[in-house]
Amino acid sequence: MAEVTVFVEQRSGQVKRAALEVVAQGRGLADAWGGSLEAILIGTDLDDAAAKVLPLGPDHVTLLEHPVLSDYSVEGFTQALSGYVARTNSLALLLPATAMGMDLAPRVAARLRVGLASDCISISSGPDRTMEAVRPVFSGKAMATVRFSSARPVMATLRPNVFPPGEPVANPAGKITKKTPELDETKIRARLTGIEKDQSGEIDVKEADIVVSGGRAMMNSENFGIIRDLAAALGGAVGASRAAVDAGFIAHQHQVGQTGKVVAPKLYIACGISGAIQHLAGMSSSKVIVAINKDGEAPIFKIATYGIVGDLFRIVPLLTEKILKLKAE
Amino acid sequence: MNLVVCMKQVPDTAARVAIGGDGRSLDPEGVTFVVNPYDEIALEEALRIREKLGEGEVAVVTMGPEKGSAALRSCLAMGADRGIHLQDAAFQGSDSLGTARILAAAIARKPFDLILLGKQGVGTDNSQTGPMLAELLDLPHVNVVVKLEIMGKSLKAFRQIEGALEVIEAPLPAVVTAQKGLNEPRYAGLKGIMAAKKKPVEVLCLRDLGLPADEVGEKGALVRWTQLELPASRSSGKILQGEPEEAVEELVRLLREEAKVI
Ligand SMILES: Cc1cc2nc3c(=O)[nH]c(=O)nc-3n(C[C@H](O)[C@H](O)[C@H](O)COP(=O)(O)OP(=O)(O)OC[C@H]3O[C@@H](n4cnc5c(N)ncnc54)[C@H](O)[C@@H]3O)c2cc1C
Ligand SMILES: Nc1ncnc2c1ncn2[C@@H]1O[C@H](COP(=O)(O)O)[C@@H](O)[C@H]1O
Repeated sequence: MAEVTVFVEQRSGQVKRAALEVVAQGRGLADAWGGSLEAILIGTDLDDAAAKVLPLGPDHVTLLEHPVLSDYSVEGFTQALSGYVARTNSLALLLPATAMGMDLAPRVAARLRVGLASDCISISSGPDRTMEAVRPVFSGKAMATVRFSSARPVMATLRPNVFPPGEPVANPAGKITKKTPELDETKIRARLTGIEKDQSGEIDVKEADIVVSGGRAMMNSENFGIIRDLAAALGGAVGASRAAVDAGFIAHQHQVGQTGKVVAPKLYIACGISGAIQHLAGMSSSKVIVAINKDGEAPIFKIATYGIVGDLFRIVPLLTEKILKLKAE
Repeated sequence: MNLVVCMKQVPDTAARVAIGGDGRSLDPEGVTFVVNPYDEIALEEALRIREKLGEGEVAVVTMGPEKGSAALRSCLAMGADRGIHLQDAAFQGSDSLGTARILAAAIARKPFDLILLGKQGVGTDNSQTGPMLAELLDLPHVNVVVKLEIMGKSLKAFRQIEGALEVIEAPLPAVVTAQKGLNEPRYAGLKGIMAAKKKPVEVLCLRDLGLPADEVGEKGALVRWTQLELPASRSSGKILQGEPEEAVEELVRLLREEAKVI
């Protein structure tokens, strides 16, 4: 019975990097408490996924396998996860703040009647094996420290890309156990009937290490080509401000910000984006921020690591060219 | 069809943020409060469903202090038929589960087919209330929905995930949370604003809902903010000078050697 439990998200056997980040944080918390770590995977045919998790040092990897759970369903996964965790003495349950984690965690928390802190950027252990979490609020304009009541396990979802992924250990000692969860199938009412993949083959901004974004300054959708070229050269994703999306230059799924997606890549390049607070809300926890803007007074420069004041239509293609040359070397 | 929309009044996203005297809440001084933008989307969807079916009622329910009545009026002006304002000193300090308990108790008083919420209340950004409400009412839910179809006694919803949309079908009654892209909310016209004045608003307190006082508010909260701080400002970075060629050359060098991100 482990003190710390982590939910490892997988889809079709693929483990998300965000899930590995959660395993590493779980390991840290378990060590701070002198306890053990259990990683839980839910689905079917989970052996390959389990093999990816084991080197990150969980003491137990538990596979909750059931044919009905081959596709994610929030009611099915809630039953499996809460049913299992309720029978352990777990003190903390961590999930990634992905689409799946953000859907599943509140339902599990309500079923277990425990507290949940969403989209945290830091967790730490307090006295008596308590946990404290920090999360951005008011569009990142403030940071809230969250404390939990005594109900256990305390729960948190962790913002992807903020935490380090963790170092694999040489000889993992963790044990893999398979279990079949008991399910009431009549209570799996919302069911997946299809997936519409984004046909463009583009990388989702939330998944990318590098995001190159364009703003209103792009003027039309053709001009976004230079943003796409730079993103392609860097192996990154294309983002956009709301002004660019509202003007129809690019689809909404690219929007970064308060009413778009929250991203935290290693590198964020903002091209012709002024840096309105609602845009900053979506990208200010990026590790390195580059701003390219012709207005030296634009607020984006206040949070940029590096800035170039100038015309993006000259600078962006030069940058792409330079990167491609480097890659060729 | 009985449609219920949960609405939260939130600080305007453009508001300047200052920390309150208690060190753990927003200083409301000078902040304007508005209908949560995602809840406007939820309401718009409910109005469209009612219009398409040519029948039905849209009720908007909000939990919060007296000043929330202004936001409730805006919803009635957009076209909602009636409002429910859940107001009690004991509700103050509720976390998401407490909020969901209060909303669940109020909504369960009458039959309903569909409950719509925002995917997130901006400001506190918990993104928890919808799934929690569904759990408490033992209903299916679909979260972060960008397209919704009602087909008789069931729904088909398109839910946004990383790089794809999940197509999900569920029987009614159900809970749906709205994401941007679902629709463009309408503006309330003068006619709507006038009509809103005559629409009924029910005000209910803890006792009306028959909830135990220790399950809501600060007392019932399982999570609470103990501190609110302004973020450490990122140290202003380097502006790279010179001709575009030189600046770009320097940028690439810094990204490789100093930041080590490419
Ligand atoms: C409730 C609400 C939610 C919102 N949510 C979001 C959100 O999720 N995401 C978001 O981005 N916004 C959001 N906004 C909108 C936000 O307030 C801004 O309006 C928007 O971010 C501005 O986009 P922009 O920076 O592209 O455009 P602008 O503010 O118009 O900035 C364009 C910039 O381009 C520069 N420029 C122009 N030409 C060139 C050139 N040739 N070379 C270099 N630079 C050039 C200009 O100097 C300027 O700084 C929201 C607003 C509200 C009210
Ligand atoms: N006090 C409240 N009154 C009514 N609805 C609420 C309240 N708080 C949250 N909600 C609903 O729950 C959604 C998600 O809020 P949250 O979980 O706080 O991010 C909001 O968009 C509202 O639809």
